[in-house]
Formats: sequence, C-alpha cells, structure tokens
Amino acid sequence: MTMSAQLALQPPQRPVQVFWQRFLRHRLAVASLLLLIIFALATLTAPLVAALLGHDPNAADLLERLQPMSLAHPLGTDELGRDLLLRLLYGGRVSLAVGLAAALVSAVIGTAFGIVAGYFGGKLDGLLMRLTDGVIALPLLPLLIVLAAVDLNKLGVPPGIANDESVSLYRIIAIISLVGWTTVARLVRGATLTLRERDFVRAAVAIGAGPWRIMTVHILPNAVSPIVVATTLSVGNVILLESVLSFLGLGIQPPAASWGNMLTNAQETIWSAPLLAIYPGLLIFATVIAFNFLGDGLQDALDPRSE
Amino acid sequence: MTRYIALRLGESLVVLLVMSFVIYLLIGLMPGDPADMMIAGDPRITSADVARIKALYGLDQPLYSRYAAWLSSALGGNFGNSRLHLRPVLDVMGPFLANSLLLMGTSFLLSVAIALPAGVYAAIKPHAKLDHAINLLCFAGISLPVFWLALMLMMAFSVTLGILPAGGVATPGEGGFNDRLLHLILPVATLTLSSVGHYTRFVRAAMIETLRQDYIRTARAKGASPTRVVWGHALRNALIPVVTVLALSFGSLFSGALVTETMFAYPGMGKMIYDAIMGNDYNLALIGLLFATLVTLLGNLISDLAYVWLDPRISYLSGEARR
Repeated sequence: MTMSAQLALQPPQRPVQVFWQRFLRHRLAVASLLLLIIFALATLTAPLVAALLGHDPNAADLLERLQPMSLAHPLGTDELGRDLLLRLLYGGRVSLAVGLAAALVSAVIGTAFGIVAGYFGGKLDGLLMRLTDGVIALPLLPLLIVLAAVDLNKLGVPPGIANDESVSLYRIIAIISLVGWTTVARLVRGATLTLRERDFVRAAVAIGAGPWRIMTVHILPNAVSPIVVATTLSVGNVILLESVLSFLGLGIQPPAASWGNMLTNAQETIWSAPLLAIYPGLLIFATVIAFNFLGDGLQDALDPRSE
Repeated sequence: MTRYIALRLGESLVVLLVMSFVIYLLIGLMPGDPADMMIAGDPRITSADVARIKALYGLDQPLYSRYAAWLSSALGGNFGNSRLHLRPVLDVMGPFLANSLLLMGTSFLLSVAIALPAGVYAAIKPHAKLDHAINLLCFAGISLPVFWLALMLMMAFSVTLGILPAGGVATPGEGGFNDRLLHLILPVATLTLSSVGHYTRFVRAAMIETLRQDYIRTARAKGASPTRVVWGHALRNALIPVVTVLALSFGSLFSGALVTETMFAYPGMGKMIYDAIMGNDYNLALIGLLFATLVTLLGNLISDLAYVWLDPRISYLSGEARR
C-alpha cells in the first residue's frame, strides 16, 4: 500500500474536533470553564434567591448589622445589615457583565483598527499605530480614575440621565473599552499583514473583490484565533480594573453591589467582621484566574505552533 | 544613531504635548473647581467675591485659553502652585518621587531576582512538575486584585499578628533606618507579588524559545554541561527580550504603584496623583500624570535602544523601516 493511500484511509479530522481534543487536554482550562459557567448560572439566579430569602440586596436594615450565618442570611449580613450572599450574587452579575461587555467592545474597536491599518498600510497604518503607541504609553490607572471622575453634567449630559444609577455601569464599560483595545489592534494588524500577502487573498483581489469584502470575508475569519485568545485574557484584566475603580468609589455606585465596592468599607470592619473582606476578594481572584487559565487553554488549542 | 534618538525624543515630546492637553481638558471636566471649594469653606463669601476669585484664577476664561496660559508658563519652567500643599508643584513632587523610587526600585529588584531563576528553572523542562507549579503561582500572582492583596497582608501581619505597621513611612517621632525598613515591607511585598508573575512568564517564554535554537544543540553536542548551556549559552540571549519587556514595564510599574501606595498610605507618586485628582489640585495632578507618561515614553525608548544595543543583528535602520 502506498503512503498516500494509507493517509487517505484515515478519515480527516475536522478543525473543531482538533480544537476540542487539544482544549480538553488542558485540564485547568476545562475546570476554569466549568467554574465560570457555574458562576454565571449562580448570578443569573440572584433574583430567585432574593425572592426565596425575602430580602432586598440594596436595602439597609440597621437592626440586622453584621449578623453571623443563619437560615435567613446564609452568609450573614454586612455593616448595613444587607444580606451578604445576595450582594455577592448581584455583585458577580456586575463584574461578569462589565468584564464581558468591555472586553467585547475593546475587541471590536481593536479589530477594526488593526484590520484597516494592516490592509491599507502606508500613512493610515502609520497614523493608527502611532495612536496605538500613544494610548499604550498612557499611565493607565490614573487616567481611568480621571475618566471615571469626569462630571457628565459639565459634558452637557442632562442631569436626569447623568445621575441615573445604571450610568455608572455603562460609563465604566465605556472608559475601559476606550483604553483596552490596543492589544487586539496590534495582534490583528500583524495577522492582516501576513494574510494580505497570501495567495487566496491575492486571488480574491484579482477577481475584483473590494477592500470591504476582502477584510470581512477573507481576512477576518482567519484572524479569529488571536482575537479570541486576547479577548478572553482581557476579560480578567477588565474585572480587575473594574474592581479597583469600584473599590476607590469611582466605579459602580452604591447601593448597587459590585465585588469591588463591597470591599470599600472592609478596612473599617476588618476587626469585627474579617469575612466581609475575604469573600468578595476571593471571588474576584477566582473569576480572574479562571479567565486567565481559559485564555491560556484556548491559546494552546487554537495555535498549533504553541507547545 | 543620534538622529534616531533625536527623532524618538521629538516624537515623545509630541505625545507629551497632546497628553497635557487631554489631561487638562479632562481635569477641567471633573466636578467642582478650586473656587467652589473656597466658597464652600467660607460662608461669608459674596457673589462679587466669587466672581473676583474666578477672575483671579482665570476660571471665567474658556478652557482652551486657560490651557494656553498654562502651557506658556509651563514652557518657562513654571508649572504653577499646588492647591493642597500651597507650594510650587515641582517642589511638592520631589519628596513623593524619592519615596516612589525607593518603593518601586526595591520591589523591581526583588521581582527580577525571583523571576530570573524561577523562569529559567521552569523553562529547562517545560510541562514538568516544577514548571506547572511555577506557572500556577504566576497565574495566581497575575490574577490577584492588588488592593485586596494589600488588605489581606494588612489583616495578617498588622491586625492579627501585629508585627508590621499597616501604613505610612515611619512611626511619628521615630524614623530610624529600622523603622523605615519595617514600613517598607508590606508595600514592597504587595508590589512584588503582583508583578513577579508577569516577569517570570516572560523569562520562561524567552528561555524556551532560546533553548530551541540550533546553537544550543551545537553546544550540547560538543559536550557543554547542562548548567553551562543554560546559564552560559542560553540565558544571555534569552535576556534580550526580557530586558526590553522590563524597560517597557517601568511605566506601568509607576502607575501600578498607585493602588499599593494608596492602601498603605505611603506618600509616593501614585498616592500624590490620586490625592491631587480627588482634591481638585489641577496643577499637581497634571504634573504627576505628565511625569508618569514621560517615564513610560522613556521606558519605551530605552527598551528600543537596549534591543539594538544587546542584539547586533538588529540595526536602527531596520527599526525605522519596520515602523
């Protein structure tokens, strides 16, 4: 039997199969994915748990301050008498929502910048990459603090909208996306530069495909792997940034809960209720490390050159 | 070479100029202004006084003319006075900068001293038990929220054990060498734990890449001992990308220390910037942020220069062509 005949006898593996085989070998990534799914499902049940326990996560009850664990309060209460379990669940919603949303928006901005810069090249490329370098050179955290402190009224946003509770959520997604797109932009530009010279792209140009079609149909699908990996890794980063801004009182505004702002007062209650300071931080840590492991596993599974 | 450096410095100046305008604009958009604070502090103030104060500080002028005024005096070396400290901002910044350099320098050296051997040992046998253990610790360090780490260290060593101070640079009334050293331990530990994971992963990646090269196989084939191959032949080349990444990270170290310094009430640049932003101290916040940007830009420049200097295969010309 000839070599080629032997090869032909084996059924070809589909890329999806190869991906799963490689991904499932990365045990930490699989465990992380499961953990994140559990977290997501748990936070989705938050309203249900609230109804079952009969508490409002944001309503202070000063007679019930710093209660220990009980049937009515499975994890006890915080310094304002609010149920800790409920606030952790609602805080998790915020952290996951902000993390995913800001990472996705950053990915879209970064992909658009990278693909345009890489495809058109020349002056436009120079300009866009200089802009990217400029944003990378910014002192990230102080700048985010300034952006988070900007008074929307002074920007001409009507007070009715500017003082709305949900604005702090959208604002934090917006400002993190504004500075978070640079990694994806660089990766996509690099991928585009290589793909642009490949035969199938040249063939598409030769048969008259326009720049828009080339970028979206021919280049983008082949640059998906680095985008997915970078975006997954950035979710963890975004959650860290959100938590620190909320901790400093500049992110999610109380009474709405976020894992970051639940720690704001922890320094005062560290003597009387140390667990209050431990739970939110542990959850941030577990979520962020899970996204990092997941990103690592995806990289191994999607990039055949990595070991 | 001189032309290349001049070009890069010019570029950095342009970025700084743009940044100064953006920061000025953003700080102007923060709630309240210096006059509001004075008004709030003195109930007898009249609206005529308010108008006079606003005119005195130029707050009745449009933003761009205020910026132009700031820029022209800044170019003359006068960056204005700090509202919180009532002194010229450059004088205010000095001690904060010295404290920051002490904190970040110590933590930087410590991180590198840990990351180099850890990364090298992890890379010698990729995917062995030791590599996995080091990798796990790296991921843990990268994923820790810095403010929470600081809180936990404080809880353990200051509250429960009571052996280390929870903040500040020195006990009031004391301030000897040992006292200052004790106050440095927790901030340095926090900063080190949060940065050493990144560094170790860079070292590991660079080492693995280098150990795959042909010349390493040659060295092994001609009988060089494993120790000599790793520490003599491979490390020197693996250090090239590591050094450039370390230089790049210096800027982020600068602003990353903000959280640590704020948590431990350590009077460094990060805390100064944070307090200035929160306290509406325009001039001080502006100079602090610009200085942090300058450090990042210089870090980028040093990183590029170090790359060319360490690796003879790369020239400035190709560096320019690449852009």
